Amino acid sequence: MTETELLMWARGPALQVATVIFLLGILVRVLEILVLGRKANLAEARGSAVAGGLRPIVSRSFPDSGTLRRSTFNVVAGYVFHTGFFIVLLLFAPHILLFRDVFGFGWPSLPTQIIDAITIVTIITLLAVLVHRIQHKVMRYLSRFQDYLVWFVTILPLVTGYLAFHRIGLTPTMLLAIHILSVELLMVVFPFTKLMHAFTLFMARYYNGSISGYRGVNS
Amino acid sequence: MSASFERGINAFKEQIDAPVAAFFSSCVRCGLCAEACLFYTETGDPERTPINKLEPMRRIWQQEYSFWGKLASSLGLSRPVTDADLTEWETLVYDSCTLCGRCSMVCPVGNDIAYMIRKMREGMAASGHAPEGLIGATRRAVTIGSPMGVKLPALQAQIRHTEKDLGYSIPVDVEGVDYLLLLSSMEIMNFPEFISAIARIFKHAGVTWTISSEAFEATNSGIQIGVSEIAAELVERIVAAAAKLKVKYVISPECGHAYMAIRWEGPNLIGRPYDFKVVHILELLDELRAAGRLKTSGKETQRLTYHDPCQISRRGGVVQQPRNLMHEIAADFVEMPETGTMNWCCGAGGGVSSNERADEIRLKVFNRKKKQLDQIHPDAIISACSNCRIHLEDGLEEYEMDIPVLSLTETIAEHLLDREQNEGQEP
Repeated sequence: MTETELLMWARGPALQVATVIFLLGILVRVLEILVLGRKANLAEARGSAVAGGLRPIVSRSFPDSGTLRRSTFNVVAGYVFHTGFFIVLLLFAPHILLFRDVFGFGWPSLPTQIIDAITIVTIITLLAVLVHRIQHKVMRYLSRFQDYLVWFVTILPLVTGYLAFHRIGLTPTMLLAIHILSVELLMVVFPFTKLMHAFTLFMARYYNGSISGYRGVNS
Repeated sequence: MSASFERGINAFKEQIDAPVAAFFSSCVRCGLCAEACLFYTETGDPERTPINKLEPMRRIWQQEYSFWGKLASSLGLSRPVTDADLTEWETLVYDSCTLCGRCSMVCPVGNDIAYMIRKMREGMAASGHAPEGLIGATRRAVTIGSPMGVKLPALQAQIRHTEKDLGYSIPVDVEGVDYLLLLSSMEIMNFPEFISAIARIFKHAGVTWTISSEAFEATNSGIQIGVSEIAAELVERIVAAAAKLKVKYVISPECGHAYMAIRWEGPNLIGRPYDFKVVHILELLDELRAAGRLKTSGKETQRLTYHDPCQISRRGGVVQQPRNLMHEIAADFVEMPETGTMNWCCGAGGGVSSNERADEIRLKVFNRKKKQLDQIHPDAIISACSNCRIHLEDGLEEYEMDIPVLSLTETIAEHLLDREQNEGQEP
């Protein structure tokens, strides 16, 4: 297989397979939660379960002052790598072009120098997150193989994208093929791991808030 | 309660619902819940991280209710939960958790961890892994009617004492009144002044009420240990008494878990809504205050703070009412840092105080409350849960802190406006 063939495979069949696993996997994971259902609450309500449930979908993105003070690194690093990842994913010109090719519309991009800087910051933050996970006694205790795997498949597209953009080490074709394959690895791993939190956290926050909201508490 | 490992595993499975599955699916193992839990912050033991207390139940969810987990199990790739695992987790689930729910407030993905611990105890109890102390309390609750073994004659004796002091009678088994008052055993045995306080306040406010000789116990050990059938049986006793006496309301006394049991879990345990309403005593007192039926005179001048019982505020929704009442009777009311729904637990709720094995750790984690108190230096602490009060007193003694602990209801009773004396001033 030549480099060009590898790139064509990564862009073609591999992407299709990865997309199917990604979407079907997410669907299965979400459905298997919903089918379990929950019992109706027979106690007389004090507040609204729905309003209580919707509130933390937004508010849980902002920590209480005690958590911010006690777990500053977790909170700050968490913000940085999540926002960094999404900025690079959604506001880098070639990514938007790819999206436009498939769906026929796009949106303005950020200058590449800024994307470049954000990529470096995000990679450094993820490295720090790994060190923190290994050093912090609670995180180390809770961590399983999956936590390190998820870290790896998350940082990989950032690193391969950075190398591809700067054409470091290999030919541009090879670098681009590797970058695309790293994204596909992330997509394939996604439904099998805690990466699912990107979708299920909205359900978790809703359930939490509705349980409390019913009793008249903002959680 | 015939317990077996198999029954336990089945109980775990029965407990898993959509919220539990959403919570386990969302955990990223960030560890933030550890810093919200006094059993971690005061011991530094990572195994006491709230989400870790659920690990056996998480594995059962994964292996039984997730597609990939089931696939892995069928290929022999997963490790089934063993009886030894449950033995190992017993002290985490019962001794190192008060169901206070503070972790449920901080989890960034929104996991209600306390909701899951409550469910996990069903599996633990069914598999024979509940602590001796709680088993004893539950047995006494079923056979005697009180987890502390308080029988009707003991209550009657306290009522007679109170009647002698007050000079008027305490209503027992009176039909057709508005309110049925429940009591916790601790109030009957340790704080009988509570009965007197209620009698004086209700006389002052013109509230018609009664105590039932058949169902006076408000607490519910079935919930703390995690046996829903027993919890339901205890709730049914109250429902039957309320129906017999034809009351409109049942009053949950100054006890956090009693409120959770009768107000929020009760109808779900018995599988039908009530024909009466449940009010917490503080809700009722605040309603009476707002309606102008409860009038106080004079204020405490010492520096007072209010300790929120977890099941009343964070898990129960009675947050503002005690503050309205505090302002009525306190000239210098100071809040603890991190208060209301973010208050730190005293360390003895959720059955921990009934579990002698946890005596050492509950006093150790009281250090969290000490740190809070050290920041505001109150002259006295007011609370609304006899279990909190007893543990606060224990903890303060352990840490050589000389701060009295008072009941909000009793303090209000001390400040009732003497209507006869003040009649001339009424417009």
